[in-house]
Amino acid sequence: MSENVLKRRFREQIMIMFGRAPKKPEQISARAQQAHQLKRMTNKADLQATKAHLRAHEVKSTKWRNRRWATLLIVNLLFTVSFYFDIQLLEGALTASRFIGFHLVDLNSALQVMLAHKHIITNLLIGTGTVLVLWILFGGRAYCSWVCPYHLLAEWAEKLHLYLVKKKLVTDQTIDRRLRSVFWVIFAVLAAATGYTVFEAISPTGILSRALIYGPGLALLWVLALLVFEVFFSKRAWCRYACPIGLTYGVVGIISPLRIKYKLAGCFHEGDCRKVCLVPHVLDVVIKGRAVDIEVPIGPDCTRCGLCVDTCPTGSLTFEVKGLSKLL
Amino acid sequence: MSDAEQLPEDSTTPQPKVGAGGTASAGSPREMGTAPLSKERRQQARRRVLRTILLTGGVLGAALSGFLPLVYAQKQRLRPPGALDEKDFLASCIKCGQCVQVCPVAAIKLADLVDGIGVGAPYIDARAQACDFSCDAVQCILACPTGSLTYEKPDFMTVRAGAAMAAKPILLAKEQDAEPTLNLAERIGVARLTRPEACLAIQGKGFKGQARGPAFQGRLRYMAVDRWKPIKVAAHPYDVAECDLCVRECPIKGAISIETVFAPNGTQRKSPVVHEPCVGCGVCEMICPVEPAAIEIVPREVWKTS
Repeated sequence: MSENVLKRRFREQIMIMFGRAPKKPEQISARAQQAHQLKRMTNKADLQATKAHLRAHEVKSTKWRNRRWATLLIVNLLFTVSFYFDIQLLEGALTASRFIGFHLVDLNSALQVMLAHKHIITNLLIGTGTVLVLWILFGGRAYCSWVCPYHLLAEWAEKLHLYLVKKKLVTDQTIDRRLRSVFWVIFAVLAAATGYTVFEAISPTGILSRALIYGPGLALLWVLALLVFEVFFSKRAWCRYACPIGLTYGVVGIISPLRIKYKLAGCFHEGDCRKVCLVPHVLDVVIKGRAVDIEVPIGPDCTRCGLCVDTCPTGSLTFEVKGLSKLL
Repeated sequence: MSDAEQLPEDSTTPQPKVGAGGTASAGSPREMGTAPLSKERRQQARRRVLRTILLTGGVLGAALSGFLPLVYAQKQRLRPPGALDEKDFLASCIKCGQCVQVCPVAAIKLADLVDGIGVGAPYIDARAQACDFSCDAVQCILACPTGSLTYEKPDFMTVRAGAAMAAKPILLAKEQDAEPTLNLAERIGVARLTRPEACLAIQGKGFKGQARGPAFQGRLRYMAVDRWKPIKVAAHPYDVAECDLCVRECPIKGAISIETVFAPNGTQRKSPVVHEPCVGCGVCEMICPVEPAAIEIVPREVWKTS
């Protein structure tokens, strides 16, 4: 039973990544039903008291955020330092590089080049394969939140956006999430049909990475335009509704063992995690009555940024490596 | 958390399905449920569709505007040695700049926004810093991860007539080595005396001093100084009775020489003449002491036998 509902959820989460809106589960395992029932039976006053107590003793953690920001900065500055001091440690840019001589090629850039050029040389294949294995291990879209320099700028822009929202100066204008899948197809078709890597010209990841290594240029104006759009109009719009790189790594994340796990038992269903999340549709499981099992892995569109883990006051969201916890 | 941060999210507030960017806007009414939508909801949904179309248009507009510089290209870029033909080059370049990092004279630069689709692709501004093959083995080709720069073109790609070198070019710096040739099958351009009236050799003049003035940052490998350490052109002043700097510093054997030619009025004069082994590296253009240079590289030009 619980095997079946999780399998069904796994398939649904893939569809949700491509843009489908999450909905109430049709089937819930017996033990999850029991847990939901138990929560409904809890005395309201007791629950309120426990919540208030927990809130009073809450320690705001930024553990995972700090680790992530440090990793992101180190990776990006390693490129810069390597070139500046000519130490040949990490040569190239995020689109393609060599780490102590080993080829690494960004999956989306590789895809664009393969589709446009229609000829794949060995080094490109080796680099793409290495990066594929790397991000299967590290959790697909973890590339977004732990490596992509645009993600960090967008995170800071989001803080500004939230401040303006609080001042009632702007509101977040949501956009259809299916647009990202449409863009992915459009850019793939454009590359194959025109023979030019059209997306690479506007990829803020590539532009920023090159700017950090080879110096700033006019192309940064495009990145600035995106950030302005996100601050004043639509929260995290590029990462949420447009970026095909995110979808490419999301697909890799489908088979990744590294993910966030949700435990139903301790959750108060307050939704703090959903407020900090870049992709709140993956956290629909935390809504009261939605968890299909007592432990549910979060779907592939999750960027493994750990903000929810930091935020959760009850420790109901944790990092896990599939199979490893069973082994230990 | 305060109420102000309660943001509408597509999963908490069930919203009617709307088409994505016009491509799937046909919509399926059965998915909208049986309950009639309130006026406000309908308006919200309509606005959301408009925003989606706006973002689609914005991103695609930006992406496609990248084609404009290609369409209106005034001048072709000189690409690094071993570059595929321009279309194939832009298709295969992954814009990582590894070629930039290995170049010992920093001749390779990455294009900016004005190059549109070519943003981030490498080029050489020969007048500022030419490729002088200081690396001996064409390092940029070795560094390229996608085959944009290559020793050997794949079989299915055509080689333009006159682009192929008649023979592997001999690098003068390596002439005494066991393997004196450069592994280059095709040229990236051809040098041409575009302003003969300005050429000092044609005027019968000599040249004394720093070829490009004291402020010029360009570097060149002088075999007489150090084979492995290129120095600034400004640190290597000349004193020649008849200017032959382009011939003197050309790194390729037999690519250029000073010949005696006849002017239309029948008088004899000296002139630099470019020959078939020219690979289009641009050293002649960089070293030419007149401003603007009398000799220039025509990027993508092929060798034409007259």
